[in-house]
Amino acid sequence: MSKEKEEEEARVGVFVCHCGSNIGGLIDCHKLAEEAKDFPNVAYSEDNLYTCSETGLAAIKKAVEEYNLNRVVVASCTPRTHEPLFRECITEAGLNPYLFNFVNIRDQCTWVHMKYPKEAYDKAKDLIRMGAAKAVKLEPLDMVMVKINPAALVIGGGVAGMSAALNLSRQGFKTYLVEKEEKLGGRLNSLYKLFPYNIEASELVGNLINNVQKAQNLEIMTSSQVKNIEGFVGNYEVEVEKNGSSQILEVGAIIVAVGSSLLNPEGLLGYDGKKRITQYELEPKLKNKELKAKDIVMIQCAGSRNDERPYCSSVCCMTALKNALNIKEQNPDAHVTILFRDLYTPGTDYEEYYREAREQGILFVKYDVDKMPVIEENQVKVFNEYIGTEMIVPYDLLVLSTPLVANDDNKELAQMLKVPLEANKFFLEAHVKLRPNDFATDGVYIGGSAKWPVDITESISQGYAAASRASTVLSHETLEVEGATSSLPEYNKSLCSGCEICVKVCPFHAIVKNENDEIEIIQALCKGCGVCGATCTNQAIVIKHFTDDQIMSEILAYGGK
Amino acid sequence: MDKPSKSALVIGGGIAGIQAALDLADMGIHVDMVEKKPAIGGRMAQLDKTFPTNDCSICILAPKLSECFRHPNITLYAYSEVQKVEGEAGNFTVEILKRARYVKEDACINCGICAEKCPMRVDDEFDRQLRKRRAIYMYFLQGVPAIMTIDKEKCLWFTKNACRICEKACEREAIDFEQEDQIIKLENVGSIIVATGYNLVEDIDKKVLNIYGYGKFRNVVSALEFERLECASGPQGGHIKRFSDGTTPKKIAFLQCIGSRSDRVEKYCSSICCMYTTKEAMIAYEHDNELESYVFYIDMRAGGKGFQSFLKRGEAEYNIKYIKSKIAQITIDHNENPIIVYEDLDTGEIKQLRVDLVVLATCIVPPEGIYNLAEVLGIELNDYNFVKTTPFIPVETSKEGIFTCGCVHEPMDIPRSVAEASGAAARAAEVIRGG
Repeated sequence: MSKEKEEEEARVGVFVCHCGSNIGGLIDCHKLAEEAKDFPNVAYSEDNLYTCSETGLAAIKKAVEEYNLNRVVVASCTPRTHEPLFRECITEAGLNPYLFNFVNIRDQCTWVHMKYPKEAYDKAKDLIRMGAAKAVKLEPLDMVMVKINPAALVIGGGVAGMSAALNLSRQGFKTYLVEKEEKLGGRLNSLYKLFPYNIEASELVGNLINNVQKAQNLEIMTSSQVKNIEGFVGNYEVEVEKNGSSQILEVGAIIVAVGSSLLNPEGLLGYDGKKRITQYELEPKLKNKELKAKDIVMIQCAGSRNDERPYCSSVCCMTALKNALNIKEQNPDAHVTILFRDLYTPGTDYEEYYREAREQGILFVKYDVDKMPVIEENQVKVFNEYIGTEMIVPYDLLVLSTPLVANDDNKELAQMLKVPLEANKFFLEAHVKLRPNDFATDGVYIGGSAKWPVDITESISQGYAAASRASTVLSHETLEVEGATSSLPEYNKSLCSGCEICVKVCPFHAIVKNENDEIEIIQALCKGCGVCGATCTNQAIVIKHFTDDQIMSEILAYGGK
Repeated sequence: MDKPSKSALVIGGGIAGIQAALDLADMGIHVDMVEKKPAIGGRMAQLDKTFPTNDCSICILAPKLSECFRHPNITLYAYSEVQKVEGEAGNFTVEILKRARYVKEDACINCGICAEKCPMRVDDEFDRQLRKRRAIYMYFLQGVPAIMTIDKEKCLWFTKNACRICEKACEREAIDFEQEDQIIKLENVGSIIVATGYNLVEDIDKKVLNIYGYGKFRNVVSALEFERLECASGPQGGHIKRFSDGTTPKKIAFLQCIGSRSDRVEKYCSSICCMYTTKEAMIAYEHDNELESYVFYIDMRAGGKGFQSFLKRGEAEYNIKYIKSKIAQITIDHNENPIIVYEDLDTGEIKQLRVDLVVLATCIVPPEGIYNLAEVLGIELNDYNFVKTTPFIPVETSKEGIFTCGCVHEPMDIPRSVAEASGAAARAAEVIRGG
């Protein structure tokens, strides 16, 4: 669109979305759209069943053309999911993407006030009036272009990390694989066989390490630790320490594949490390074929699905089945009893594995969490509700199926990367459904058990997934990032007293004092949160797209006509 | 990085295919995407909400549909099928059959006037035959591409040489009865991703559900049908009513492992039912706070992130009761209320429960046309007729250069499908970039 049109008097188009029945089920969207016609500068309005559908988007473009609109307001759901779509739509219609304003009348009206339709309607009307008033004041902005360094860092040399690094290097990107232990392989190094095909872990890990070592473009750094991370998408500087000396790696993307840890079993269900051990301690005994026990009892969910660790660790049932079958293979006369709550063997092969275990004579007894099995010296007492009585199961080896837990040092790494952890201290992805291997922070990705306990198969595919996501950035020479950032405009520079409060409060480390002793805002790092603007004592900082003038216009429009 | 001369082919336009295509396209690789149905979106488009966040499914999917359609690196072939593949990894030649919609794609603006005028009423596949559409139709409301399609099997012009009302109604002159199927040839396809999703057991064989009264009792529905009933854009506008008398159910039984973990039908676990059942019961409760839900299960399988706390919330806040049980029989009383006879596996007792509605968590099965597709592609299927993969070489089929993701190779939830889709894209990129 021509510059003139953007600078002409504002002609706002308002599109009120029914969002199916999410909004339209509670309030009258058609009436809202009609009433919006009376708001100042509103040149056109309509309601759509789904404004985000191709039909709705076509309607916006058509109206921009027909009514010569130069501002667009969509009153619908949330900018978190839909703002990029509508911005792109108005760009296609010839408008600068920042001349779009989002009004959320779903989450903020019909959802939270679902029991109060009249009030929800009134509030929606207010919000639309305010949104239209702000739209009038919107200014065109440019996206910020950043250069991309086509190199990647993978943190963690387990199965997920090796898969990610191998893929990225084969795609042609310079890749660094950093592992804190002396040897690559991670958890696989301590396992004997792998379900569901019972191949030896050493075989799989051996092949992987071999491939990683042979790969071009791939630099392996073992006994190395990430100490500091600076920068932003496309331009990270990572300090890696090995044997006391540091090296700076320059990369465009970072993959977190640090895996998980084992639960310390001390004090758990009679654990003593000898006669009462964990599945992980059983693995080497099976590997060395030194298991003598004849009566083995395994207890599932030992230390998980309780108040302290409310989650299912998802790999323990299959691990127990695998080890039980291996015991049977080494000693067909052994009795294995598995005490479980819900057996977790989803999908095709795993369910078949469970069947096989039952056919091999492994005994399964369900226990209830309110009546935990009682561990005695040589026997376990477990209440079996199905037969309505207590069962006594003798053992000479008790094996606890303990969960995978988050690494203790996840917090440090999360702080360096500025990414969040969830309640159990695993890493928290950008969206659990549709962005399972992204972080909200651009240029940082996640795969494997660092995010949530997963088996080998999923660790590998998630390693690849993280590589794919990283590749979507690394494949470009430059990348556009958000233009609605904080700024210190030339005309405001004289207002800045150099107090550096903004430098201290910025959660993204986007503000620095440069060599000329002037405040400088690194656009690519800024997320436009506005904290600096709010704290600037001299009001020198302007938050683009959320200027004082724009916000005041919204406030003044509240309750007005 | 330079734009590679080789392209990728993604077969299937559900969430897995979409994610794979978008990743590859965002890497600068050209993608041809083939979808059998008139619009992309797949099963996820049919869902009301998604667990464990209860996000509105179409709301989070719709932007991805648009992105696929608009992406400069993606060419979308909807209403199309792959019918021939030759060559090898790094250099496949592909033949696509693009079916005639009898509607000009560049002229139709999806105004819907043609459908209003069309006199034919046809069972709506997208809404699981729970309502009627016309012979000229949009596959679903938010479908992409947003173009009408004439159902040749049902259209009066094609069946009886009469009508053509749509042609007269269309101001844009978009109707074209002369349109023909097209064969499109793609060359220099570096890699192929198979993401054709799944069917449900009732799609393939309704008879196996006879013992649960499905198809016999009006107040027994499948989970995907229930999903459509809960959905605002579904056949009941989101107000759940019984098919026998139009009343709102106050007591619903959700039966798990229908057709799965079974010696008679499928042995495997369908993976997603425990979770979506809890979600469906939660949403139904949000619609009506007097609702009681009973979930009859064997094992609650909730291993994913936030799943255990989701179940806890279901029990504590949404009036859901979980009963570990084996279903023996379903009958009805004189008001067509289903009566469930079951063995309570916690107590060993045989019990009965009368409810207003039964929802069957039916099993995921390989998608229709899988045998033909496997033959065309030259890939192997596993014992269950899903696409064969190997646990430690995931997302790879038996043929080099052909990858797979999502439910076409094993039942799985959306996050895992999406992760696998990105994984398959990474592997395909490796082949295309010659690594």
